[in-house]
Amino acid sequence: MLKDIEHLIRLTLVMAIGLVLFVIVRAAVIPPSFGEYGHYRGDAIAEIAARPIAYAGHQVCESCHTEVVDQKRLGKHVVVACEACHGPLAKHAEDPASVTPPKLDTGVVCGRCHEANSAKPKTFPQVVTADHSGGVACDMCHQPHKPGIEASPPKLAEGKK
Amino acid sequence: MQIPVEGFMYPNEVELQWSVLIVLYPFITGLVAGAFILASLERVFRVQAVKPTYRLALLTALSFLLVAPLPLQLHLGHPERSFEMYLTPHRSSAMAMFGFVYLWYLMAVLLMEIWLDYRRDIVLRSQSTKGVVRVFYRVMTLGSSNISERSLQIDEKLGYFVTLVGIPSAFLLHGYVGFIFGSVKANPWWSSPLMPIVFIFSAMVSGIAAVMLLYMLSTRLRGHEIDIRCLDKIAQYLLYTFVIDFSLEMLDLLQRIYEADESFRSLDFMVHTRLWKSQVIVQILLGTVTPIALLGLVQILRLTDKVRKRIYALAGSLTVIGIFAMRWNVVIGGQLFSKSFLGYTTYKMGFATREGLLTAIVLMILPFLILWVMVKLLPPWPDADSLSVSGAEPVHGTS
Amino acid sequence: MEITRRHLLVLLPAAAAAWKYVMAGTPESAPKYSLTEHWWGMLIDIPKCIGCGSCVRACAQENDVPDGYFRTWIERYHVADWKIEKPEVESPNGGKQGFPPNEESGGKNFFVPKLCNHCADSPCTQVCPVGATFVTPDGVVLVDKTYCLGCRYCVQACPYGCRFINPNSNTAEKCSLCYHRISKGLTTACCEVCPTGARQLADLKNPKDPIHEFLRTHTVQILKPHMATGSKVFYNGMDGSVR
Repeated sequence: MLKDIEHLIRLTLVMAIGLVLFVIVRAAVIPPSFGEYGHYRGDAIAEIAARPIAYAGHQVCESCHTEVVDQKRLGKHVVVACEACHGPLAKHAEDPASVTPPKLDTGVVCGRCHEANSAKPKTFPQVVTADHSGGVACDMCHQPHKPGIEASPPKLAEGKK
Repeated sequence: MQIPVEGFMYPNEVELQWSVLIVLYPFITGLVAGAFILASLERVFRVQAVKPTYRLALLTALSFLLVAPLPLQLHLGHPERSFEMYLTPHRSSAMAMFGFVYLWYLMAVLLMEIWLDYRRDIVLRSQSTKGVVRVFYRVMTLGSSNISERSLQIDEKLGYFVTLVGIPSAFLLHGYVGFIFGSVKANPWWSSPLMPIVFIFSAMVSGIAAVMLLYMLSTRLRGHEIDIRCLDKIAQYLLYTFVIDFSLEMLDLLQRIYEADESFRSLDFMVHTRLWKSQVIVQILLGTVTPIALLGLVQILRLTDKVRKRIYALAGSLTVIGIFAMRWNVVIGGQLFSKSFLGYTTYKMGFATREGLLTAIVLMILPFLILWVMVKLLPPWPDADSLSVSGAEPVHGTS
Repeated sequence: MEITRRHLLVLLPAAAAAWKYVMAGTPESAPKYSLTEHWWGMLIDIPKCIGCGSCVRACAQENDVPDGYFRTWIERYHVADWKIEKPEVESPNGGKQGFPPNEESGGKNFFVPKLCNHCADSPCTQVCPVGATFVTPDGVVLVDKTYCLGCRYCVQACPYGCRFINPNSNTAEKCSLCYHRISKGLTTACCEVCPTGARQLADLKNPKDPIHEFLRTHTVQILKPHMATGSKVFYNGMDGSVR
């Protein structure tokens, strides 16, 4: 009787060996932190959290550039973060001497927010630059850190181009 | 590579995620399930007429099943990590669970059934052949050369049981693929409880048609006479299955049109424009209505054998094309419209790229090459030189 | 504006403390971030958004987002009269360079910033076959780049279209809520640069976070509530036409 199911016994044996091999390989190959917090590699959280930072955050800028803080405090741009205009500067914050932030072109930077668009909130200050300044750079009349127009606009008073 | 967009699409939606390879995948597994169901018609439901196609259907199923993972591997961003699905399968993911359904079906159903049915021939050939082929047969015998009457009877009983389990397994195999799409609530073209059922029935239709065509083709190539009674029976089952499949798809369509929910306008427009050719012309008219009409005519009119064979060949071919179109319309169609329901994109299929048309063509040819090798190693023909030893009764499937 | 200031008060001590250690070159000595003490979300104030695109640019620079793909983006809506079901929407390059001026003055026009909603019942997490995308104990949905197969199922499953496949790594990617920043007491890059305070990080588990008061006193919505995703990005003043 046994002889007649010999082939089936061999088959079962082959399958059993396969299963055991699979279990062994699985134990060896699964990442150790898998399942720590849920169905994922627990180490991934720390790895993602350790990515380098590109934007320093305005608190960091303000800890050094106190004169700009004083300037901004009295104007409408007090709520605008430094890097919103100046771009990511964590590298500069880490080593100010080695990384110099580039000078900004107000013709490009200011228009992004202040160029008139019907979808912008009506209360938000916006102009059609062609009509407003006729192509003249914004910082000719507006000091970006304190943009409100005063009696004697800074740049014109300095007689720059 | 600028992709033309009409209306508005979320910026990340413009490029299609799943390519023609993902169209190929349900098509191939559908053929597997369908071929197997045809084989089981004979084994479990004792439909004697289709016996000549039994072994061929099994080998066809296996050839396609072996190729099925290839489009998936080629599509993955990291195919070398695909084994992770077996190491840490996410139990809530239909895709992960499918890995095990596939494995079950391959090992416990298809390979088991083929092995049990062919075992006598394998043992005999392991003794009579020479060279590399002999090694192949010897490995397949698992070292046992017992083909006594009793052992073959046990094989027969076990094979019956395997087929019995195999039928719901085949439904699971392809129903699962339907569920992979049908469970995506984010996509209204896919999300439907009918999806697994529609996929199963269209799989059966394509599988039956494919085996029918392969049987006709291979018999012709071997210069033998086609068993017309067998063909008539297969065509009948094809017709019944097709009617059910078509009804299900029409039910889905009618419900959508009637309820006209948020997504409807967008989907309706898509079908009338981007999917017109592939859905209405190819899938519905040419690929479903025409074959059903042709097969229905055969049931009603008295036609000669010759005419019937021609009709079967035509209907079978149209069917297979139509079911491919159905997979295309589901997979590609589901990605052509925006989830904002405000726009449409275009599918740019490459040619000689990893997921391009050429790759798809090669992958479709591959199963036939594998099948060709298999019929050489394990001939499925009813009239093959069955090496009979000591006048032993020829086994099931080779009458 | 008031909220921005109050928000600063909440984050400043933690940020300063963490930064001190970062500047000293010993980040590992910083006060440890506890996963169970936070439940992150975001508040988007639509009437404040000016569509400047600063957030899109900042995100791309902070997270090395490749061109043509977006971890966050801005949509501009034009709703004619009462045609709430048929808005005209556009998002030129995700709003990265802002929006071109338009002549539309009739009807409603507004901007809607979009990002990953960091769903509490995230459908993308549900479908991931291997556990490469997950919800952290502090409520952020992240992607494990080294484990992702690139099967794209998660991209299909996201109802908000916020996921994509990064062509450089061939893995799924999306907004990570700047996890590498918020776990150090900083705010996200997009919130940092938003000039009007339209985007604000929210810690729903922090009793001092002004978001609690805000949610109590304003009409807020989430995107596609019928999908029951447990979205944690709240939109103030969102019109019914927003998809």
